Amino acid sequence: MNTTSLIDVAILTPLIAIVGVLAFSRKPNMREAVSLIAGAVLLLINLKLYASFNQGEALSRHWLEILPGLNLSFRVDALGLLFGLVASLLWPVTTLYAIGYMRGHKEDKQTRFYVCFAIAIAAVMAIAYAENLFTLFVFYEVLSLCTYPLVTHAGTEKAKQGGRVYLGILMGTSIAFFLPAIIVTWLVAGSLDFQQGGIFPEQTPIALLSLLLVLFVFGVAKAAVMPFHRWLPAAMVAPTPVSALLHAVAVVKAGVFSLIKILVFIFGLDTLQQIPATDYLLYLAGAGVVLASLVALRQDNLKARLAYSTISQLGYITLGTLLAVESGVMGSAMHIATHALGKITLFFCAGAILVASHKSEISSMAGLGRSMPITMAAFFIASLSIIGLPPTAGTWSKWWLLTATLETDHLILMAVLILSSLLNIAYLLPIPLRAFFPGKQADAQATAIHEAPPAALIAICATASACVLLFFFPNPLFELVSQIFTEGTP
Amino acid sequence: MLSHLPILQVILPLLGAPACLILGRGKLAWLFALLVSALSFCIAAILLTTVYNHGVISYALGGWQAPWGIEYRIDLLNAWLLVIVSASSTVSLLAAQSSISTEISLDKQGLFYVAWLLCLAGLLGILATGDAFNVFVFLEVSSLSTYTLISLGPNRKSLWAAFRYLIMGTIGATFILIGIGLMYIMTGTLNMQDLAQRLPPASESSTVFAAYAFILVGISLKLALFPLHLWLPNAYSQAPSIVTTFLAASATKVALYLLIRFTYTIFPSEFSQLVIPLADIFVALGVLSVFSASIVAIYQEEIKRAIAYSSIAQIGYMVIGLGIGGVLGLQATLIHVFNHALMKATLFMALAAIAARVGATTLTSMQGLGRKMPWTSFGFVVGGLSLIGVPLTAGFISKWYLVSAAALTGRWPLVFLILLGSLLAIVYIWRVVEALYFKPAADNSPVKEAPFAMLLALWLLVLGNVYFGIDTRLPVSISSEAATALVEGRP
Repeated sequence: MNTTSLIDVAILTPLIAIVGVLAFSRKPNMREAVSLIAGAVLLLINLKLYASFNQGEALSRHWLEILPGLNLSFRVDALGLLFGLVASLLWPVTTLYAIGYMRGHKEDKQTRFYVCFAIAIAAVMAIAYAENLFTLFVFYEVLSLCTYPLVTHAGTEKAKQGGRVYLGILMGTSIAFFLPAIIVTWLVAGSLDFQQGGIFPEQTPIALLSLLLVLFVFGVAKAAVMPFHRWLPAAMVAPTPVSALLHAVAVVKAGVFSLIKILVFIFGLDTLQQIPATDYLLYLAGAGVVLASLVALRQDNLKARLAYSTISQLGYITLGTLLAVESGVMGSAMHIATHALGKITLFFCAGAILVASHKSEISSMAGLGRSMPITMAAFFIASLSIIGLPPTAGTWSKWWLLTATLETDHLILMAVLILSSLLNIAYLLPIPLRAFFPGKQADAQATAIHEAPPAALIAICATASACVLLFFFPNPLFELVSQIFTEGTP
Repeated sequence: MLSHLPILQVILPLLGAPACLILGRGKLAWLFALLVSALSFCIAAILLTTVYNHGVISYALGGWQAPWGIEYRIDLLNAWLLVIVSASSTVSLLAAQSSISTEISLDKQGLFYVAWLLCLAGLLGILATGDAFNVFVFLEVSSLSTYTLISLGPNRKSLWAAFRYLIMGTIGATFILIGIGLMYIMTGTLNMQDLAQRLPPASESSTVFAAYAFILVGISLKLALFPLHLWLPNAYSQAPSIVTTFLAASATKVALYLLIRFTYTIFPSEFSQLVIPLADIFVALGVLSVFSASIVAIYQEEIKRAIAYSSIAQIGYMVIGLGIGGVLGLQATLIHVFNHALMKATLFMALAAIAARVGATTLTSMQGLGRKMPWTSFGFVVGGLSLIGVPLTAGFISKWYLVSAAALTGRWPLVFLILLGSLLAIVYIWRVVEALYFKPAADNSPVKEAPFAMLLALWLLVLGNVYFGIDTRLPVSISSEAATALVEGRP
């Protein structure tokens, strides 16, 4: 098969899987097998794309022209591969986990769940390999819409409210800010293709660029830049696998991925440095990092705490990119991968605890380490990765982000990053520590609780060990992100 | 035969109407009306391709050459609208029999189709003719039959709605007639092309200005432009469901066509800029339409009424495009005319299906239908997404062109007002989505999925929304050509 058509296959595989899922909607085992196989196939396709990319093959694909000059087209580049690989690696793992979770939790409407999940993954693939901003925007909206039924899966009043906030903020910002920014960019630059060094002509007024930058940063609300972050905690009403893959990995990372793409390949780092608005946004992102961490500290609901932690970590990525230096962008790109691994593990653990012990509040989890040792150990490892301590993958991305703040003499922002890491310790580590060493608070019921379902445990162990592995073998990741700037045209 | 297509376009439904009367009631009349409407659509499609490839068609009625005789003149603008109107009539008729069987008593069903065909003939006549007085005649034909159709609605309120529309519509038509009369006094001609040539020398006179004012206000009434829109919500919500589907997709579009025809072709283009700041008035009224109607739509308990208000808002967008002007603004309007016909027909068709099965379209009666009528509900959702302007639906294309036109002319506040308007659309659409999918049904009576004919028509429209959101060549190329021709004033 021609390697270029692999891009089509990558986007279509999850969609084809839907047919299988629907066909076997009354046979859960077959239905889940279809999802798993599709996940494995998708991972293989992305690995093949990665291999071809490393051999220097230019992979691009043109689908169709929607309006004159506005195409749906795709192209493989380093950043896209990073995102595509992360998402396709974690899809089968999450499916495995979801099997354990959804059955353990006896959720209904599981077929709809798997269908929407597959559409979301297809949209993520399309976003990852989008060649231009128009394609990215189209699938960005598809992703918002197809995750709505997932967020509101429970169908309760609370789910409805959560879904309202979720869609209201995501659609609202994308229509009110993102879309006009794209249209103006199209009118000013005459193109929406991602290009090394940006696409704006030199004489573009700086005021207009500032306005556009602000519109883009707030318009891509999936990146959860404060004050448009409320959708993320609201989305936590979703079943845990959804929170894990979509709201720790796919959707939020689609947000920061879009931001990096726009800042690097639409504005270009040189232009970005000249825009006065960049500085203000930097400090806004910095403030968001600390504020979100502080809020996380006060949350007793585990999923809510993780959600705010995600907002804070997304702030790192936004901040790193806005620094407008190569090391910052590389750090941000690496953080996409490392945070994804860490955060998905934490969510898996949160779901496992919920299924096994029906506990969702942190205060009631003391002593849980005895009955769920594997889950809690994984939680500990993933926490280390989020904090950025060796021997876990998070170390590397934080290292690069800190270097970038030094390089640009933003000492305050460096202090912000360090402060936030300390806060990470304060809100994450007590959970596993008190689970293993509860002191006198030990829960008498704890003995009645057993470990999570095996399918879920396998998934947890896989992602937790990946966190550690990536610390010892960071080279492939590092090589990939260093290619973001070396390619001729992205 | 082919050279007589312009008149056949109008005469076919006009003669079909009495023939329908002879055929009597029920299925036979329906099939006949459907056949006539489908043939009209074929004629319109042939006319559109002919005009697109070979330029304007001028047809002298009875062989009497214009300006003495009546001229039928088909250019891209009206060929485009002929297709839209005849297509929406055909798709609506497809579902009509299933819909009216629950809403209209059997003995009136034959008359229903007679009125429908007359209305279609009137609308097509307004579009096809190149004669100003002929416009008035067909306007009355379509209006009178529309009043009849509305008064056939399922409850007594429809009589009152029809009566109100009758009063307002008659005032509008009279204004148009006065305007045409004044123009005739000044120029001695009724042919549009002839008027366009003879008006500029007389444009200083206050009589021409009065004519212009009467015509604008008269058309705005028929168009339901804010603040002359009050007849529309009642008329649309009380009419038989399928009539609403047809009218929402066609009647206001025809009024908009008249507005374009009079402001671009007949009156000299400098006229509208010199005497009154018409462009700014259009933009202001359009924005007011969008916001006032959208906000009212949010608070409606009866969804047919909410979507009717949404129609007023969408007319606002079209008028904004006219106000922005230029090729791009006009193109935005022409694209939205087509796309709006698609999405409104989809929404009202879904509501008609719900009305046929549940008997009402209030928010409470729609609760829980997501499970009971999955295809209809999902059709409504897609139509709603298109109305909001989500990418890969037709509505997105409209929004893209309208925002581009506003941005290119440097109207930045307008850009944000347009987009804010679509945020309001999210609110009134999502209320329905939540009722359909989240609220438990009010009672547990079993509800069947909509009748097949209605589902077929609905999903034709749904697929149309998606298809024209992806393959935009047809509306984009035609609207671009038509807009250029109008702006450059090509005959």
